Amino acid sequence: MCTNIVERTNVSGGGRGAQGWFTLAEVSVSYDHPFHVQLEHALNIDFTNESAGVGARVAVELTLESAKELARALKAAVDRADQYEATGYA
Amino acid sequence: MPGTTDQYEGMIAETIRIPGHNGDRIHAYYAHPVGPGPFPSVVWLHHFPGWDEWSKETARKLAYHGYATLAPDLYCRDGHGAPEDMAARVRANGGVPDAQVVGDAAACRDFLRSQPNSNGKVGVTGTCSGGRHAVLAASCAPGYNALIDFWGGGVVVRPEDLTAMRPVAPVDYTKDLDCPILGIFGNDDRAPTPEQVDIHEAELKKHGKTYEFHRYDGAGHGFFYYDRPQAYRAEQAVDGWRKVLDFFQRNLGN
Repeated sequence: MCTNIVERTNVSGGGRGAQGWFTLAEVSVSYDHPFHVQLEHALNIDFTNESAGVGARVAVELTLESAKELARALKAAVDRADQYEATGYA
Repeated sequence: MPGTTDQYEGMIAETIRIPGHNGDRIHAYYAHPVGPGPFPSVVWLHHFPGWDEWSKETARKLAYHGYATLAPDLYCRDGHGAPEDMAARVRANGGVPDAQVVGDAAACRDFLRSQPNSNGKVGVTGTCSGGRHAVLAASCAPGYNALIDFWGGGVVVRPEDLTAMRPVAPVDYTKDLDCPILGIFGNDDRAPTPEQVDIHEAELKKHGKTYEFHRYDGAGHGFFYYDRPQAYRAEQAVDGWRKVLDFFQRNLGN
């Protein structure tokens, strides 16, 4: 809200929140004030399901450098998964 | 209000519902001194993390110092849950509409001024996004007696960063501001940066507004937040609180 840096998309999958597992519907990725980690700004990822209530949320707050590493790892794993699905080999 | 040890003091702090912007019923935290008054009042606009413990605690601090303080839940229309979950939802949605906040704040101001023990003077303030909202509230709905901007980010905005919910940079409303403003800023802050504070100050000067800006070295964003160890700066916060209470006393006192 203070930086206006936020990206949203819909997702399909599951997440484990404070009340246990729930179906995920959306994810928002923001670079703004975090709640927990001791930084002025953090890369915040919120997996949510708005139709399941405001508490249906899995929250992650990362340093910017950690977020870049996560993005790299996510991309690498997705690329290998695509290859596996296409060829049977990762 | 702090007095001598033989004086009675008391306050009531509770959730109430009031008609906000467009008559929507919204929650507000009302912390006010007990007694005949007359009491000055403050509209207290919570920060980005929401209508949380720190915000309500600060409302009670202002009440302790003699100010009937009303803090609206600016996220009330977005649902209810833990303050952090609500703030995350609002963050994902890009915030709340500026016009709605201005309306909610004006409704709080009018509620406070209509109380039988009000002295008729009402200030508006807030920290972080609440500082920005306070600047907007006082500029877009004239009728406050004092404004304090605690490190409000996004007062100075590039045109390309404006959104449907934030269509105008608050600094562009400066000419309409009709009350004195106190600004509390950290020189290590990046929202707002010292350069953005300079632009805001220049605009106030240009339009002949009454202002006091205090800028603290060794402090960044949110340096009053004792529950955020990386942000809290005790010395600067203590001095800042003194300036805040002095400013409100001079502009809202009986």
